[in-house]
Parts: sequence; structure tokens; C-alpha cells
Amino acid sequence: MPILELSGVSKRFGAHQVLSEVSLTVETGEVVAILGRSGSGKSTMLRCINGLERPDAGTITFDGRRVEPRSLEALRCEIAIVFQAFNLFPHLSVERNLTLGPTATKGVARADARDAALRLLRLVGLEDKIDAYPPHLSGGQQQRIAIARALAMEPRLVLFDEITASLDPELVGEVVQVLERLARDGMTMMLVTHEMGFARRSADTVVFMHQGRIWEKGPSDRLFDAPQTPELASFLEAVLPVGRMTELTGSIH
Amino acid sequence: MSGGVSAFTFLYLLEAVPWTLLLSGVAFLGGGVVGLLIAVMRIVPSWPVRWLATGYIELFQGTPVLMQLFIVYYGAAVLFDIHVDAWTAVVLVFTCYSGAFLGEIWRGAIQAIPRAQWEAAACLPLSFRKQLWYVILPQAARISIPPTVGFGVQLIKGTSIAAIIGFVELTRAGQLMTNATFKPMIVYPTVAAFYFLICWPLSLLAETLERRIDANLGIKRRL
Repeated sequence: MPILELSGVSKRFGAHQVLSEVSLTVETGEVVAILGRSGSGKSTMLRCINGLERPDAGTITFDGRRVEPRSLEALRCEIAIVFQAFNLFPHLSVERNLTLGPTATKGVARADARDAALRLLRLVGLEDKIDAYPPHLSGGQQQRIAIARALAMEPRLVLFDEITASLDPELVGEVVQVLERLARDGMTMMLVTHEMGFARRSADTVVFMHQGRIWEKGPSDRLFDAPQTPELASFLEAVLPVGRMTELTGSIH
Repeated sequence: MSGGVSAFTFLYLLEAVPWTLLLSGVAFLGGGVVGLLIAVMRIVPSWPVRWLATGYIELFQGTPVLMQLFIVYYGAAVLFDIHVDAWTAVVLVFTCYSGAFLGEIWRGAIQAIPRAQWEAAACLPLSFRKQLWYVILPQAARISIPPTVGFGVQLIKGTSIAAIIGFVELTRAGQLMTNATFKPMIVYPTVAAFYFLICWPLSLLAETLERRIDANLGIKRRL
């Protein structure tokens, strides 16, 4: 039985139909990469899953429970999200960023929460930063802390919303490494991403979105090697380094 | 004019200083409580609550303090036969007045905190109250310190209006001494000097705090 099920989810912002009847299931332990051009609805779909946006139509079910306003607080203990802009709390130490959720919502004792925070910081390679404040850390470090903060609630599903998109190129690797480790450890993950290498290597399923719909979906190898639609083919050509190189050489000669 | 009269005048004015400080302090603290309530009421999801808070602010920001004082001190006596003493009237009016202004200052500070901070807190998942308490208010407090101290300075000078209903604070003491000595050009500059000596350190404090906050947030000042 799938842990997450989207069924006919639609959402419009004003005149713009962002999502049109999106249906999707995610199994426990599955890593789903969501690709698509900007404005194709990927982030909105992700934000609907943990209730940051409310769909106009359709249902989202997590572990048999409907995602709706009154169930949100309970569901968000199990569905964590990591944002593009990290959104760490700048006035709180790294430790407090990580322990706030567990202590304030689950009633975990501060000392236990600190131990858990240390374990998570070790996982993302930043245990020496436990007393630092977010504004003094690099983007890559902040994003790894943000991942640790999401994991501190011991979620069963983690959503990643373009988490490497605002990082300097040389900092992307350290964050992707953490993602790969999580994927190996069997975490159920959904990632809106432009990291094609990661999607190809680590995703079980790749979803290509176009104009608010799931245009293509399948195992990563099939989608990357044999796109079935011209939209996905042209998207891959635009984003994959090799494709871009050919394009460039083509235009020079 | 003999030296004796001058010394008496000076001492009389000096004795009124605590009343100005007390009135300002009580109004500022009371206004702080009201203001916090108003600021939070302005941002809650429920629209009737927001509407109520907005109405409160418009009422007290849109009418002169002088009129408010008259209405509470004389109006209540004439209309409802409720006689309040001068102290109660000025404290009540300045508390409500401070509440409206501090409420607006703090509402602005709360709304200056990026939406993403609310979202991150909501996803932890903190309840609305905990989002405010742990994430939003501490950050809003930092940026609201300079305008809050600035308002405090305004308030101290503003309490001089209390003189109009006969409450003896610094300005009223000045009026009384002028009537007694017929030396307004000595008395009023002295009164002004007392206000300055109270307010100037506060302005310096506001500036220091502002610089320190800018430094903490990594903002470089041009001047």
C-alpha cells in the first residue's frame, strides 16, 4: 500500500492553472525526483502535500489520512520539508534550530533532543557547528543544517523543494552527498530538483511535469535514456550538460 | 529677582520631574501590554479580531490626545457622572495612546519577518502561538527596539499635555512657577532643559542599540 497518494489534485493561482488533476502514488522507501521547467507546477505539488498550499480539487492521502487543514499539525510531524532558501531561524543557534521542533511539539526533553541533534549533525558532517548561528554559516552548511532540522522530527517522508538551486555551484556537492546518503538509508523522499546526476543515480522514479500535469513518469533510466514525449526530450536536452555542449558546438559551427 | 526664588523655582520643577517620569513609565508599560495585544490581534487569521484592533488604532491615532483627555476627564463627569482624578485620567489616556502606537510599530516589525520564517515554523510543526513565541516575536523584537525607544522619547515629551487638566508634572509645574514668579523666560527654558536631560540619553541609547543590531545583522551603515 502506498504511503502517499495524490488523486486528481488541481490548483490555480488567479487565472493560472498551476496543477491539473495530478495523480501520483509514492511507496515507502521510494525516492521520487520531480523534474520540469519553471512554472510547471513541481513546487506547488510538493507544497500541497504538506499543506502549505491547499488544492482547489482532488485529495491527498498520507498513510490513509487525508491532508486537510485540521490534520496538518499531526501530519507535519511525519512529513518534513526542506526549502530552497533554507529558512533556518537566524536568531537561534544550530542546536536550537534542531531541537525546537521535537521539544516544542513532541515534548522531548531538551537533553535528549540535543543528543539527537548531535547525531544528525554528525550525519550531515557539521557536528562542530552545534553552537554556531545560521547567518555565520555558508549556504551549503545552512542547507545541511536545514536537512538535519527536517530529520529531527523523525519524519516518514521528506520533501525537498529545489534545495540546491540557490547554492553556489561549489557547494552543491556537499548537499547532494547528504541526499544520496539518505536515499541509501531507505528514506522516503520527494525531490524537486535540477540535479540531473542525482536524479539519475538515486531516484527510483522520475516524474516529469509539464503545464501542471504529470507528463511522463517512470524508472529513472527509462526517462533519461528513452523519453517518450518531445517535451521531456527537449527539456533533457536543455538541462543535461552533454546536450548543452552539442547545442553550443552546433551553434558555433 | 532674588536667589531664593530661583532656588525654590528650580527645586519645585525638579520635584515635578518624577511625576513626568512616572506617568511616562506607567503609560509606556501599560501601553506595551496593550500594544503587544493589538499587534498580535492585527495579524491573527480571524478577521473580526483584526478589524477590532484596526479600529482601536485608527481611533487613538486619528484623534488628538488633548481631546481624549478632555473626554475622559471632563466628559465622563458631565455625561455619566463618573469623576476620575487627574492621575487616573492621564494614565488611562496615555496608556491607550501608547498602546495604539506601540501596536502599530510592533505589527510592522512582525510583518517585516519574512513569510518563509512562518512557513518553516509551521512545518516543524509549531502551533500558531508557538510560531509567534519562538520564531517571530524574538526576531521582531530586535528590529523594533529603535522605533520603540524613539516612541518612548516622544511619549515623555507628549505627557506635557497632562498639564492641561491640572495634573502637576514638569510642564504644569512650569506654568505654576511662571504664575508665581512672572519669569517665564527663566522658568520655561529650565523646564525644556529638564526634558532634554531626560530624553537625550534615551536617544543616545536608541542610536547605540540600532548600531549594535545593524552590526549583528551584518548591515553596513553609510554614515
